[in-house]
Amino acid sequence: MTLLLATLYQTLQMLLVLALAPLLTGWVRLVKARLVGRRGPSVVQPYRDLLRLLRKEVVLARNASWLFRAVPYMMFTAIWLAAGLVPVFTTQLALAPTADLIALIALLGSARFFLALAGMDTGTSFGGIGSSREMMIAALAEPAMLMIVFSVAILVRSTSLAEIADFMMSGAVGLRISLALALIALVMVAIAENARIPIDNPATHLELTMVHEAMVLEYSGRHLALVEAASMLKMLLYMALIACVFAPWGMATAGSGVAAALGGVLVFVAKLAVGGTLLALFETSIAKMRVFRVGEFLGGALLLSLLGAIFLYVSRGV
Amino acid sequence: MSDLGYDAAHMLGAVVLLMSFALLYQRRLFSLLNVFTMQALALTATAAWQAYSHGEPHLYITALLTLVLKAILIPVVLHRIIVKMKIHRTIEPALGIGLTMVAGVSLVTLSILLVLPVTADATALTRENLALSLSVVLLGLLMMISRRNAVSQVVGFMSIENGLILAAVGAAGMPLVVEMSVAFSVMVAFIIFGIFLFHIRERFDTLDMQKIESFRGESD
Repeated sequence: MTLLLATLYQTLQMLLVLALAPLLTGWVRLVKARLVGRRGPSVVQPYRDLLRLLRKEVVLARNASWLFRAVPYMMFTAIWLAAGLVPVFTTQLALAPTADLIALIALLGSARFFLALAGMDTGTSFGGIGSSREMMIAALAEPAMLMIVFSVAILVRSTSLAEIADFMMSGAVGLRISLALALIALVMVAIAENARIPIDNPATHLELTMVHEAMVLEYSGRHLALVEAASMLKMLLYMALIACVFAPWGMATAGSGVAAALGGVLVFVAKLAVGGTLLALFETSIAKMRVFRVGEFLGGALLLSLLGAIFLYVSRGV
Repeated sequence: MSDLGYDAAHMLGAVVLLMSFALLYQRRLFSLLNVFTMQALALTATAAWQAYSHGEPHLYITALLTLVLKAILIPVVLHRIIVKMKIHRTIEPALGIGLTMVAGVSLVTLSILLVLPVTADATALTRENLALSLSVVLLGLLMMISRRNAVSQVVGFMSIENGLILAAVGAAGMPLVVEMSVAFSVMVAFIIFGIFLFHIRERFDTLDMQKIESFRGESD
């Protein structure tokens, strides 16, 4: 019975993240537009965009290899699976034993690796530029992410996301310097990984600044739809991850009823709305950074996460 | 949430330390002053919280002093100095931000390594407070070393003093006289700094220490 319920929740979670990801993107765009005084497109515009792209014909470069065609599927699957692993409304998930933070990072890393390969596959200069910039950002963001994982893991004594969420909800840990530093570092990493404003501007096609857009410039039709959906899922994944580790309140735990799980869904949607609003506020209040300063920004994230791990050793009862 | 006093003191101290790192990260003088103001506000909150949670009313005076001197008076005066000397567009490459940050983290590690064996039998709060304030002091020193502009060296000096006050409010039973004297000596130092800045400026037409060193024949 428990297993059945866990499987049901897992399926529900996979569908939920897929359904909510474009909504989150649409919400962020709408709030940003309102903040700068425009009306902005409707919240459901990303769904329409995806549907339109899915109906369009795929145009391939003549020298595109099989890799170029396979990457959107691989990337989408890896990120969707990763998003399904993060507990969003209940910790009672069928995949919870495998939902390990390190597995999550590995899934995201392989998705990024394949996308960078695809960016270089057609041999255009933009794709190459995008791939090289993406790899530079990844090389700095990944160690920071791992340090965050390690400090959380030392504190909780587990890298399993479900256990982390349960531990945080139990109130056994108060306000911690390490956690605060890890939170700031995680937010910085999330901003860099999702190509948000100080690092990359997802709304432009200006060749001097773009990173992610440059890599996917050659994609069209359903391939582009999958790539776009994957990046929307990635944004949702990072918000869910921050919510799961640092603010898991409202989530249903093992043993609580179906009503608690439904409540968890509502709370999760509320968290996403708040997170999206904060992201939009942050993005409208800050200017785009030069590519050369990305190293400093992410180096800062790495150092903060390192400090977080160091401070674990002076605080009470590691 | 059994021990909110510990947790909150801990958090506020961390904010002060974080602001020290933010000071190291800044390139423009005005944003440097803004961060310094925020550090002073965090310090005020720390002192007020300690006063409230330990029931030591004299710490409220420390908080008030910090608020008036550090968070209002000094930033405003430095702001006016910068405007008056027309150096508000100055960007300081200094030592290279990345390198400075790495040095900063090493200093924090060093201070933790130093504090851990010394305070083996003290409470967690004291240990952490000492580690935090020692880090803030060392980061202030680093700031003074790594910056070329005299104004940011002054800010570095002020943040050292922030670290001292952080240590003072953490150790229970620090007499008010000591705090007052620290605060006033910094005040005097600050006034002297201000006068010096104008003199340096008048004589050498710059506040860049590297250029001034060449007058002494140190760097060619």
